[in-house]
Amino acid sequence: MKEELIIAGFGGQGVLSMGKILAYSGIMQDQEVAWMPSYGPEMRGGTANVTVILSDNRISSPILSKFDTAIILNQQSLDKFESRVKPGGLLIYDPNGITRHPERKDITICRIAAVDESAKLGNAKAYNMVVLGAFLKMKPIVTMENVVKGLKKSIPSRHHHLIPMNEEAINVGMQAIEMVNEL
Amino acid sequence: MAEKILIKGNEAIAIAAIHCGCDGYFGYPITPQSEVMETLMKEKPWETTGMVVLQAESETSSINMVYGGACCGKKVMTSSSSPGVSLMAEGLSYLAGAELPCLVVNVMRGGPGLGTIQPSQGDYFQATKGGGHGDYRMYVLAPASGQDMYDFVDKAFEVAFKYRIPAMILADGVIGQMMEKVEFRPMKPRRTEEEVKAQCDAWATVGKGAHRGGNTITSLALDPEVQERHNIHLQAKYKEMEENEVLYETYRAEDAEHLIVAFGCMSRICQNTVDEARERGIKMGLIRPITLFPFPKKEIDAFVPQLKTMMSVELNAGQMVEDIRQIANGRVPVYFYGRQGGIIPSPEEVLEAYLKHI
Repeated sequence: MKEELIIAGFGGQGVLSMGKILAYSGIMQDQEVAWMPSYGPEMRGGTANVTVILSDNRISSPILSKFDTAIILNQQSLDKFESRVKPGGLLIYDPNGITRHPERKDITICRIAAVDESAKLGNAKAYNMVVLGAFLKMKPIVTMENVVKGLKKSIPSRHHHLIPMNEEAINVGMQAIEMVNEL
Repeated sequence: MAEKILIKGNEAIAIAAIHCGCDGYFGYPITPQSEVMETLMKEKPWETTGMVVLQAESETSSINMVYGGACCGKKVMTSSSSPGVSLMAEGLSYLAGAELPCLVVNVMRGGPGLGTIQPSQGDYFQATKGGGHGDYRMYVLAPASGQDMYDFVDKAFEVAFKYRIPAMILADGVIGQMMEKVEFRPMKPRRTEEEVKAQCDAWATVGKGAHRGGNTITSLALDPEVQERHNIHLQAKYKEMEENEVLYETYRAEDAEHLIVAFGCMSRICQNTVDEARERGIKMGLIRPITLFPFPKKEIDAFVPQLKTMMSVELNAGQMVEDIRQIANGRVPVYFYGRQGGIIPSPEEVLEAYLKHI
């Protein structure tokens, strides 16, 4: 197993922490992992992205030009990364604020209305976990048990009481994902 | 088995300092390495091991605090990024001249000048050829992973004390900012005052007692004959290091006809380039210098007879390539590929660049 993905959106959407939780879940499953963020001026309010690699084998390059999966949370990121999904790969996006939707026919495209779903949950901060749920529905590369372990490792212990709420958001994401282009 | 933690390379440096019994860290924040001091401040090692962590008022101040700590035989360190390391250049030269062991971590960013905060390897010359004035060398390690960042702190101190020289971990923004799985080693306690005295009594200012005269630590020698003798002594140490302290690794290089030389993050990226080339039937391999000084001269030289071409891949305008060309000495063409200003090439981009020469 080797999954190379990019998560891209606005700073503040929880892009980096979602990547970290996924990476930690991979460690809990004895996988090799790498988490490579953009750390430029874009972190301060603009676009943010993180490359996450989970693999059964040692990871060589953390810098990639093509991805198995792109999780896209704003228009700029969609414009930048749609072309960089490998043929046959997966693109998941949140349609909120998207005016030009993805057009490729050679990849699987899914939609997750995570802004709406996290609002329904009454917790906008669970946004990134709804998105993570959608991804795990399509690619169950880590088990829910290990995701919970990953959450425990990623979140300071004073916030551990929020883990059940995060689990719920992941489950909501798994239910709410919609297929746009099936290969 | 020890627990495996997901941390940034910069955080690994800080944790490793505590774990290897470091006595003091003096630094000044700068992207992309600020997490080193942030992590130390969060971990509060002064409450556990007694390690001092101090934010100095500038890089010039940090390096001179390191000088002071090193004079006392303490394991002391600082960290910075390119422009900050330039400010330390005078101090580095003095540390080398006065034969003081210490660790300086440089998480390189694009330059020259204030430059960009994105990754670069533009300080290869500065780290391996000088930076400060005078004929001196540092022990320079180039990490390529979070685990390297962790392991090299202890290693750097070991070699720095063995030869009484400044050691540098020359990382880049990729390795500093990337989170990877890092396995911690068993904790080494800080040395007691007695242990420091026992280890460093011959040179450090640890209190002379009645058994010997005072130790003088200086880099000043006004008598040219004394200075020359001192310089010859320094050069002999560097020669000894070239014999004994070279570290490198290879990747699919045994039967290679085309050899990439790359260090730090680029050595990781170029592994994918090698795989891609091999899939296309091209016998490509990689050699990664782990120590940039001492440089793996003999090891690269040994490959030359089997090669058709070599290419140095760096995040700069071509620095290490000069050393490789000197080793190849015209026997095989040595090409160069690099990106600058904080741009990191993908494995495919490197391959495309190499294929133009094959």
